[in-house]
Amino acid sequence: MSDEIRKPPRVGLFVTCLVDLFRPSVGFASVKLLEDAGCNVEVPMAQTCCGQPAYNSGDRDDTVAIARNTIEAFEEFDYVVAPSGSCAGMLKKHYPALFKGDAHWETRAAAFAARVHELMSFLVDVLGMEKVDAVHEGTVTYHDSCAGLRELGIAGQPRRLLSSVSGLEMREMRDADVCCGFGGTFCVKYPDISNRIVEEKTSNIKASGAETLLAGDLGCLMNMAGKLQRQGMDVKVRHVAEVLAGMGDTPAIGKGNR
Amino acid sequence: MQITSPAFKENARTALADPQLQKALVHVRSGFIDKRVKAMDALPEFDALRDSARAIKDHTLTHLDLYLERYEEKVREAGGVVHWAETADDARSVVLEICRAAGARTVTKGKSMITEEIGLNDFLEKEGVRPVETDLGEYIIQLRGEHPSHIIAPAVHVTRDQVEADFRREHDHLRPDRDLSEPEALLGEARRVLRAEYFSADVGITGANFLVAETGSSVIVTNEGNGDLTQILPRVHVVIASIEKVVPTLEDMSQILRLLARSATGQDMSVYTTVSTGPRRPDDPDGPEEYHVILLDNGRSSMLGTEFQDMLRCIRCGACMNHCPVYHAVGGHAYGWVYPGPMGAVLTPSLAGIDKSGHLPNASTFCGRCEAVCPMHIPLPKMMRHWREREFARGLNPATQRYGLRAWALFARHPRLYRLATSLALPALSFFTARRPRFRYLPLAGGWTRNRDLPAPPSRTFMQQWREREAEKQGAHA
Repeated sequence: MSDEIRKPPRVGLFVTCLVDLFRPSVGFASVKLLEDAGCNVEVPMAQTCCGQPAYNSGDRDDTVAIARNTIEAFEEFDYVVAPSGSCAGMLKKHYPALFKGDAHWETRAAAFAARVHELMSFLVDVLGMEKVDAVHEGTVTYHDSCAGLRELGIAGQPRRLLSSVSGLEMREMRDADVCCGFGGTFCVKYPDISNRIVEEKTSNIKASGAETLLAGDLGCLMNMAGKLQRQGMDVKVRHVAEVLAGMGDTPAIGKGNR
Repeated sequence: MQITSPAFKENARTALADPQLQKALVHVRSGFIDKRVKAMDALPEFDALRDSARAIKDHTLTHLDLYLERYEEKVREAGGVVHWAETADDARSVVLEICRAAGARTVTKGKSMITEEIGLNDFLEKEGVRPVETDLGEYIIQLRGEHPSHIIAPAVHVTRDQVEADFRREHDHLRPDRDLSEPEALLGEARRVLRAEYFSADVGITGANFLVAETGSSVIVTNEGNGDLTQILPRVHVVIASIEKVVPTLEDMSQILRLLARSATGQDMSVYTTVSTGPRRPDDPDGPEEYHVILLDNGRSSMLGTEFQDMLRCIRCGACMNHCPVYHAVGGHAYGWVYPGPMGAVLTPSLAGIDKSGHLPNASTFCGRCEAVCPMHIPLPKMMRHWREREFARGLNPATQRYGLRAWALFARHPRLYRLATSLALPALSFFTARRPRFRYLPLAGGWTRNRDLPAPPSRTFMQQWREREAEKQGAHA
């Protein structure tokens, strides 16, 4: 029995489609943080995307099909962890609602959802992590991505871990909890409005005086990085996991990939 | 009013390029939000009240027919008349009949979104009855020939300088060299002008924040006292309210009232809360001789029992738009009909049709701030998504969007195909981009690259790199 308890948890990493395609280093940083915390991490190849592009476009049939695949791919794990509040929110909060009225899948989706966690929340709330062993010399500011903040309550966890990073100085920006204007397909369906919202965000980022901008969702990060770079602002943009995993010396978002 | 929601994108572009409007919108972003937080923090039971208010409204909506009948009975007992109006047209006709019977040439009006919904002012003017708005914000936009851009601050899109110019133009009987540099001077002038109107009006029209079934009362809240003068001084008082305004008891009304002003303006209470029940009784010092209530449906009963029923809990506080990044960017007029912001994005399709207002539930980042601040716990993003589902099911969204989505979904539904496609796409893209760190332009990604750079993807996906790492590990172990 005690052996059972000490057995390292088996974690299935939900990579997210954006990390897979645009920023593999976030995936590797997540793996490192999880392994350092004593987890066995596996990456099921049968995953694609959480289905939000379809879900938020009103395409319920495709969303349900994608959700079924995802649930099946991760059913064997103790935990499912995603380095994104938005995708984790989809898996945890919206999947069960998708299957309302389908007794078999509703049960499966609920059992699945109970094991899903956003990375920061998993490290702090589930594993009880209080600090990381990482160095990052410089000032950072942190943007609270909407779904992580409002659907999953992610706010204190990343800040707490960041405060343990040696050399890191936090400079909170004004309205850190206000949307960056990404909104998935919103940013290409309503580019003018999205642009105005992200302009507001980058001016707050600039005013914070921080050298590096961090957040927990790659969509928001790409949006803010893209705008900062278009404006010629020299703020480095990274996923919070990269800094916590001590991988903050690789090229920042939009500055190159390995 | 004419609906311009189909032109939402053009409206938004115009709004974004309007420096006066953008200057005015800064007030929404700052003022309302901080004041609401302060008021909420000072009331420890705020969240418990929200739960209670939701329960009151849910209960009422489940038994709406019962409470409306009880309300009608009580109004009649108090000497008032209830008129049932299924459509905007019906409601307008009833108002006109009452005005004609009263021989009315001038009607004063308290602030009322429902009269905006039925386009009452234009209608009355055409019929030779002069409506006079008495709420300062409404008065300003009436002078300007505009419509409200916010449900509690109708003239929030107008700057002080613009108001001064409007007053100088319209109040041409006053001395041109008068000092109007302070907001108080503008308020004072509007008061003096309106004072005369209150006494000349034959009919006063107000909306209602609540209708109380227990007593047959209508309740309005205002900050200027204009509503009271509107409903007490003329000979006839007409209340126009939509059917979901009814609550069972005075106690229920008081509970929800505690949420309303705090969520709206951050006040504990609005300055005036007025409960009126029937016409003047023999012993009353004042009050109207006739008291009419027009109960308007206008599509609301068709929301009952659907996924949009929760929207009928709305108490019109405006907190959702005060916290909406899209509203902050474009203001209320861009939405193109009476109700802007997140509540409008759900309500407009219900009342005016999704075929005309399809943009509204789509123009949201789903940031969830509206739901987080809604005192009635209305799941606004969820209902906007329901509208998107209905649009998708009816094939109302653009073909390019639909085909793009279906093509993407074909891959996303089939993991092997997806792996293959992504592992082929990245090296190809990486060749094409010649290892640039980001793009300023990319074919088919113009929506993104018009305003921001796009980081270049790596030459191999995470999955490819992971598989190699695992293979290496296995090799090392062997």
